[in-house]
Amino acid sequence: MSALTLYDKLWQSHVVRSEKDGTALLYIDRHLVHEVTSPQAFEGLRLAGRKPWRLDANLAVADHNVPTTNRSDGIADPVSRLQIETLDKNCAEFGITEFRMNDVRQGIVHVIGPEQGATLPGMTVVCGDSHTSTHGAFAALAFGIGTSEVEHVLATQCLLTKKSKSMRVNVEGKLHPGVSAKDIALAVIGRIGTAGGTGFALEFAGQAIRTLSMEGRMTLCNMAIEAGARAGMIGVDETTIAYLQNRPFSPRGALLDQAVENWRTLKSDVDARFDQEVSFDASQIRPHVSWGTSPEMVVTIDDCVPDPALEKDLVRRQAMENALVYMGLEANQPVSSIRIDKVFIGSCTNSRIEDLRVAAAVVKGRHVAKNIKQAMVVPGSGLVKRQAETEGLDRIFADAGFEWREPGCSMCLAMNADRLEPGERCASTSNRNFEGRQGAGGRTHLVSPQMAAAAAIAGHFTDLDVFQGNL
Amino acid sequence: MDKFTVLDGIVAPLDKPNVDTDAIIPKQFLKSIRRSGFGPNLFDAWRYLDHGEPGQDCEPRPLNPGFVLNQERYSGASILLARENFGCGSSREHAPWALLDYGFKAIIAPSFADIFFNNCFKNGILPIVLESRVVSDLFERVVAEPGYHLMIDLPAQQVITPDRQVYPFEVDAFRKECLVDGLDDIDLTLRHVESIRAYEARRRQEAPWLFQ
Ligand code: SF4
Repeated sequence: MSALTLYDKLWQSHVVRSEKDGTALLYIDRHLVHEVTSPQAFEGLRLAGRKPWRLDANLAVADHNVPTTNRSDGIADPVSRLQIETLDKNCAEFGITEFRMNDVRQGIVHVIGPEQGATLPGMTVVCGDSHTSTHGAFAALAFGIGTSEVEHVLATQCLLTKKSKSMRVNVEGKLHPGVSAKDIALAVIGRIGTAGGTGFALEFAGQAIRTLSMEGRMTLCNMAIEAGARAGMIGVDETTIAYLQNRPFSPRGALLDQAVENWRTLKSDVDARFDQEVSFDASQIRPHVSWGTSPEMVVTIDDCVPDPALEKDLVRRQAMENALVYMGLEANQPVSSIRIDKVFIGSCTNSRIEDLRVAAAVVKGRHVAKNIKQAMVVPGSGLVKRQAETEGLDRIFADAGFEWREPGCSMCLAMNADRLEPGERCASTSNRNFEGRQGAGGRTHLVSPQMAAAAAIAGHFTDLDVFQGNL
Repeated sequence: MDKFTVLDGIVAPLDKPNVDTDAIIPKQFLKSIRRSGFGPNLFDAWRYLDHGEPGQDCEPRPLNPGFVLNQERYSGASILLARENFGCGSSREHAPWALLDYGFKAIIAPSFADIFFNNCFKNGILPIVLESRVVSDLFERVVAEPGYHLMIDLPAQQVITPDRQVYPFEVDAFRKECLVDGLDDIDLTLRHVESIRAYEARRRQEAPWLFQ
């Protein structure tokens, strides 16, 4: 048999049947559900008189709209409240397991899946959310779907889809201290562009990937979608297997042994061929900051804001000029001169315990700068929050002038009350810097948790090395 | 789902690359638990001068005269002409719902984001990929000729200009069949219940930990 990529293996083991043109009926092992993209799907089921095909494959949680302040008074916004109540009602009616808002296990859907062991190697994982690519960190085939497909999965446990092409992103060498998985992600997107991965399933490989923790791998796979790829994945190794021990939904005992034996095969064969390969040298990657309104508009902390006049492609030049106007920046301005108003540490990209630990290490014993109107930390789940509190991270953040919030998507997309005001500039650990993403007129700069923490203390973007040397 | 065969419609040009789903339908409108009614909020932040909220009557809102869809000559357009990577960003199906509710039935661009592309088919919208060069030509012509329209013949897989130039396009055979016949994916899949059950039975043997 010819050598297979991880993606080939995951694909082949889930094809139920194929059409002549290659469209496959793909079996789905795990379906994660949240309040924004599911109401119309449940309504569709109800109208057609259908029932979920396999209840135990589904796990639901409300995350996008939930308030991150005191929840004892419920949800003030009636439209958000209705959406969350609709999820509660639908899950109760159809018998789907849901972590409700006041359950300690509640959190961002892409944080809780892995945390619970609901995401396992070899699974197909889907969710009505584009950042489902996150779960590929576990050698799962994980991708975002639309609401019609949410209904399709609920009704049939399958999806109609076609195989993508494969791309391997090799990241060899060692990352410097202070450079994180987020910087790898931004470097990759900066190089291949937001459409560079369109039509591909990405696999991240190489020494730098092997040394990443599961949290770092999730950050990286999370952002595969920002490179245009529906799925990003990483082969199984000991780090993966260690993470999955004793998680509530993980197998145990003899079943775990059997599973682990299978999981160890979930990596690309040595001589597997990819449709495309790109390579990066980890030792050359510097901390990144996005300057524009697309995640491909990135530079490193030592750089200046680029000059559209140097861009030859007219459409791109226009897009750069528009981005500079929207962002209120000047061409050639040093990135370290950009002063910020708000800091957001959170989102499914960077709200796990490791992210909070590195950010806390930077702010410990310091205080946010005077020009910072608000700095907040929004843990990815109730369990992350509890763990952080056990370690005393909440105190470190609070003493430094950060707000310590309840878990949810929060200011990543500002569907709840957490948002930027027009013109406000934010150092954000989230994944999208589109116009208005964090609030109408708000300006988002994507960075790693350590860079966001350093920016909060300095009041502007700053090189971590310089920053730590100075203090 | 409505059947899609031949469409002859006015073309509206949206001359921006990387138009994301947040731009197509801003997040505040995602709080709706309905599937319809998103048309008035399509491109909300670009189309109006004020900030829109769900449930608001859009009639009295101040329009942005600079936004292309607010120009009289494009009223009633059913074909959207766009640039690279149209529909990037989130998986929200509210984006195709809003386009459809507004009246767009086809979108022509040099490339689309994957999830959006897929979501279009599920809602009876035809996304058509044409070469950049051709798309640029079409932009020039649309802007030059008020009332410019195109004919899209899905069975023949052709875009036909008023002066009878023909641009063939690719579309998956299966997706095409679903659009042309207006088929519901779930009904189609449920024809294969036996195959799904057989798969599950086999998989349960091989990987029992997936069925706890
Ligand atoms: S944290 Fe942000 S990107 Fe992640 S699921 Fe929530 S809204 Fe989407």
